[in-house]
Amino acid sequence: MTTEPSARLMQGDAACAEGAIAAGCYFFAGYPITPATEIAEVLARRLPQVGGRFIQMEDEIASIAAVIGAAVGGAKAMTATSGPGLSLMQENIGYAAMTEIPCVIVDVQRLGPSTGRPTSPSQGDVMAARWGAHGDHPIIALCPSSVRETFDLTVQAFNFAELYRTPVILLLDEVIGHMRERVTLPSPEEIELVERPSTTVPPEWYKPYENFPADVPPLMPFGTGYRYHITGLHHDERGYPTNRSDEVQPWLDRIFRKIERSLSEILLYDADGIENAETLIIAYGATARSARYAVEKARKRGREVGFLALKTLWPFPEEVVEHAAARLHRVVVPEMNMGQIALEVERVIGRHKVRRVNRADGEMIQPAQILAAIEEWA
Amino acid sequence: MTTKQPFNKVKTPRESRVHERYLRHSKKFPNVWCAGCGIGIVMGSIIRAIDDLQLDKNDIAMISGIGCTGRMPVYVDFNTMHTTHGRALAFATGLKMVRPEMKIIVVMGDGDALAIGGNHFIHAARRNIGLTTIVVNNTTYGMTGGQYSPTTPTDAIASTAPYGHIEQPFPIAELAAVSGAAFVARSTVYHVRELEKYIAQAIEKEGFTVVEAVSYCHTTLGRINRWGTAPDMMRRLKEQSVTRRQADGMSEEEKQGLIVRGVFVDRAVPEYTQLYDHIIERAEAEVA
Repeated sequence: MTTEPSARLMQGDAACAEGAIAAGCYFFAGYPITPATEIAEVLARRLPQVGGRFIQMEDEIASIAAVIGAAVGGAKAMTATSGPGLSLMQENIGYAAMTEIPCVIVDVQRLGPSTGRPTSPSQGDVMAARWGAHGDHPIIALCPSSVRETFDLTVQAFNFAELYRTPVILLLDEVIGHMRERVTLPSPEEIELVERPSTTVPPEWYKPYENFPADVPPLMPFGTGYRYHITGLHHDERGYPTNRSDEVQPWLDRIFRKIERSLSEILLYDADGIENAETLIIAYGATARSARYAVEKARKRGREVGFLALKTLWPFPEEVVEHAAARLHRVVVPEMNMGQIALEVERVIGRHKVRRVNRADGEMIQPAQILAAIEEWA
Repeated sequence: MTTKQPFNKVKTPRESRVHERYLRHSKKFPNVWCAGCGIGIVMGSIIRAIDDLQLDKNDIAMISGIGCTGRMPVYVDFNTMHTTHGRALAFATGLKMVRPEMKIIVVMGDGDALAIGGNHFIHAARRNIGLTTIVVNNTTYGMTGGQYSPTTPTDAIASTAPYGHIEQPFPIAELAAVSGAAFVARSTVYHVRELEKYIAQAIEKEGFTVVEAVSYCHTTLGRINRWGTAPDMMRRLKEQSVTRRQADGMSEEEKQGLIVRGVFVDRAVPEYTQLYDHIIERAEAEVA
């Protein structure tokens, strides 16, 4: 047997839970929902083992609220849900964006809308992750396509949340969440962890929403001597409510800028064979697996096919897509919805260059469907 | 005979000195509340209760939801959070889980606590998590202009009940009691010393504690119903309330429409975060 000792068979949801532990998650609040329940089940067992805390709340609204409350107390905190729960959480996700409280929201997507098909996969929450909460705000959303990547991106989600003081949504889908794969998890030394910006200024000088330093002001936990106010109202640098337009717009500009200036760190993707490609496939999540298979098949048939697998969906990697598709006239975007990321791709490179491959019936997109789109067009 | 003191020698009343110590100096006053509102009285009572208990400001968090009462935290010099409508208890639950040593006071209005936040209210009580909840019950949605709330009296007129209110009100203290709270009391903004005492008891007590502070809204519901000015409504609180002992000797009919004041529950129930510490011990033992 040559199997390394740490290799094991693991479910996507469990990898997400282990990723959270590895990232230093101290608090989880959630409400049972298929296909995300396993994340809560694993963390109910695992968190107290490492001195952390788990609670099952009365609904998803309470879950995200408790997560934000815990984050204000200084904890790295996470919740996990599926589409119906994500809909319920939206107001408080907006609150986290408004108050710049770091937190991680895992959405294991199932077929919607409404109750839909709870045990069937979908990628129908991509736009809900971006625009679900009312009002203008930036958001980061990550999307893994394997069990190992689920572990890695969960760690990454915590790092981004803490580093940029923002809610981060991790978009799994039912296939990734419930799939079991052989994985070798990294050792703790291999995992890079990030702590939220902190300060040593005297408490009376502390301003939780000051534009300093580098657009992400330090966030001091409650109970550490830094007494200040947090509100979902528009607020000034001290956190007190304001009706002054000259305080609101600079704040809004700053929370967008803090994400935009770090795009090179935030935008994660795998690009392959872009240089000589005649056709480009852009895919993410479980669909990226079908796409990768289709790309290999097409290449064997002599087609020059490039492949862009997106891991960061929001902010949308505009320049990456623009650059990859610059010399091409054919871009195929397969996704398990009626066309959501395709809207972004079309916005960036123009509608005439894009062919959508959509399926929203609870089944995965088959490689043959993607292949057919490549062939038809060639 | 009393001798008149010169103006600059007049001793500042204890209340002012105490309030001064706990109000934020960096926040621009005045506050958002209408002149004559009872919410400020509740805020004063909370401050004096905290002063009596000699608590460190750094260890206190005040968390609120939305509405007139939701604006209270911004004025006080604690760790303060003004959250979303109805969800203050859920936010506070998360904070308590990771900072169990903190004294967390949740202030909500009746609409915030019992309509949109009703589910969180009963579940926080059921868990008996260590939060002190002060519900300022003014029996209406004041900030939005006098719509009927879960505690509006039947037959009252509200801006959304122009033909009379046909629903029955929630008894907040009784609801908290049957939901599992460790300490439940009710008083009014007229009975300030009593209110202050109950709030101090609630903050000191381990577990989920509730103080219902019955107030009024003279600018919305009071005006619509022609219940008079703020002093008139304050007088109603005095005249229409009885102590629990007085109420015990009354028939159900006699108690109709009266506010019963007093401590309803004071029991020893294990507090949630302390129980969770045992969970951690068990889990750590399992791995070791």
